[in-house]
Amino acid sequence: MKCFEYMGKEFFAKFGIPVPKGRMVLTPEDAEKVAVEIGKPCVIKSQVLSGKRGKAGGIKFADTPAEAKVAADAILGMTVQGHKVERILVEEKLKIEGELYVAITIDGAARAPVVITSAKGGMDIEEQAEEDIVKVNLDVFLGLQPFQAKELARRIGLKGNLAKGFADIVQKMYKMMVEKDAELVEINPLVISGDSVIAADSKLTIDDSALYRQKDIPYVDEEKTEMEKMAHEAGVGCFVELGGDIAIMANGAGITMATLDTVQLYGGAPANFMDAGGGTGVDGTAKAIEILLAQKPNVVFVNIFGGITRCDDVANALAQVIKKVGMPVPFVVRMVGTNQEEGLRVLKEVGIEAFRDMAPAAKKAVELAKGGAA
Amino acid sequence: MAILVNADSKVMIQGITGKQGTFHLKQMQAFGTQVVAGVAPGKGGGIHEGVPLYDTVYEACKNHQIDAAVLFIPAPFCKDAALEAIESGVKVIVVVTEHIPVHDEMIIVNRGKQKGATIIGPNTFGMASWKCKLGIMPNIAFSPGPVGVVARSGTLTYEIVGSLTNIGIGQTSVVGLGGDKCPGSSFVQMLKMFEADPDTKAVVLIGEIGGNAEEEASEYIKTMSKPVVAYLAGKSAPPGKRMGHAGAIIERGKGTYEGKVKALTAAGAKVATFPHEVRDLIKEHLK
Repeated sequence: MKCFEYMGKEFFAKFGIPVPKGRMVLTPEDAEKVAVEIGKPCVIKSQVLSGKRGKAGGIKFADTPAEAKVAADAILGMTVQGHKVERILVEEKLKIEGELYVAITIDGAARAPVVITSAKGGMDIEEQAEEDIVKVNLDVFLGLQPFQAKELARRIGLKGNLAKGFADIVQKMYKMMVEKDAELVEINPLVISGDSVIAADSKLTIDDSALYRQKDIPYVDEEKTEMEKMAHEAGVGCFVELGGDIAIMANGAGITMATLDTVQLYGGAPANFMDAGGGTGVDGTAKAIEILLAQKPNVVFVNIFGGITRCDDVANALAQVIKKVGMPVPFVVRMVGTNQEEGLRVLKEVGIEAFRDMAPAAKKAVELAKGGAA
Repeated sequence: MAILVNADSKVMIQGITGKQGTFHLKQMQAFGTQVVAGVAPGKGGGIHEGVPLYDTVYEACKNHQIDAAVLFIPAPFCKDAALEAIESGVKVIVVVTEHIPVHDEMIIVNRGKQKGATIIGPNTFGMASWKCKLGIMPNIAFSPGPVGVVARSGTLTYEIVGSLTNIGIGQTSVVGLGGDKCPGSSFVQMLKMFEADPDTKAVVLIGEIGGNAEEEASEYIKTMSKPVVAYLAGKSAPPGKRMGHAGAIIERGKGTYEGKVKALTAAGAKVATFPHEVRDLIKEHLK
């Protein structure tokens, strides 16, 4: 789960990482108030998850509280990369003398955390030249030791108080990463201002699997589409909207991807990725099918290899939905595995002749979708 | 023969009395697996489906030879249960559970490595060799024969292994590495074992987009004497979208389908476009 900038900075402050003075607000009036409290020129930043806010006009500067109010009024309600701005962060404007990059994330290949830093902050790390980037893998049992933090500071050319400040911040970032179950803690830019380093931005991604033990972190679902939010609320394991006209449900991430690929190879366009998961039962599966229909596809394609998922459960769920809303578009079902005989019998009753193999079923779904669009 | 475990292996199940544990214990027994001990804190001294119960892994290991452990433990308690098995000296540990926090996962995986334990998973169907299944793969999919299979995803493995079985091509061992970001084992480790196993004549690698596991595997495949057939899921996945598995995401232009196909093909592996083509390519090799 990606967190908003202000959330990350609130955690930074709690962990002792220097951040600009400021606060998240919801109205222009409150923006003015915060600007008065700060008593200096301010920056007003839209709180959305997408990058490139500046280019989209989502970041403005204000010399006075009155200007802050006007700027806040302009930013609130605007759309930045498809996201409506509902929150803004009002902060003191920093005197920027240099910009660094620092992040800690998880390197899956190394099965360990990795610190990535660069003397050239401000731009995206992937736009940086390889020789400017310093990467150090950590030992999960040792964590980030002070000597490593100092060495990182040296390698990006910091000296004196700046080196000290940087080493302190990167150690606190690691502590925060572990305690908050983060997958990514990033500061870009880490601003050099006089004798100190300050986190001018924050990127914080919390491990979805650990949210159960991170109860003080509010749930952010801005990246999800309306349909994806619906699926999340219905308890569907994983749902991603893709924009095509063949709604797809399968069980298991690998086979769902393979189903999407097969449909596309036959010339079709998948509307979504939906891993119905294992052992969801009849009602959960029925809800998932209703979400497929809500996308208004030309065809619904269900591909089940029953293991933990029982074919009869999926068949009964399909029958339940068909009895309720009919069959507004053709249903193509492929079904094998646990309790397949009962599943196939139930499907026959509602007029569906299921396929045994995936490839011909995918082909049929594509044909029907093309017919439906014509 | 097979890799990691065989018909003689003695197996312990942690979390044996739960709903999942009980169901899969019976399935494993039906497959022919020798389940010699179960761990269920507070129920030590009892018997469950014919299997003696112990309060702790240490106690189970003191009373039995344990070659492998399978965990049916809820995600919040998996770190402790896996460490318990590692510290007790179990050498093959299957962690079926999904949604284990990645920070817990890193501790399990790295500790396993330090102690010389092979961790299969987390978030896996487990593995199977003839008469020894560790995990949740449907029994009907597997049949004994000459093909080694290693995969990152579950149901897709059943699909492909099932299609091999259907035309009479059996398997030495089928291993699921799991769909998480920090899996305990790698393609390379398993490929090395298949290369060394005299009964394995060909290997199927089932990968997916994201990460660099397939690229890493390609480096080793170059040196293998046995043919490798691969299928990769996620060709149609857009960048930046996580396709169900924590590992299945194209980030910063890395881990793309095209890059993986290129690496595997250059290493001499055949890459199937459709899942059902794997069967045909393997058939060619076994002629």
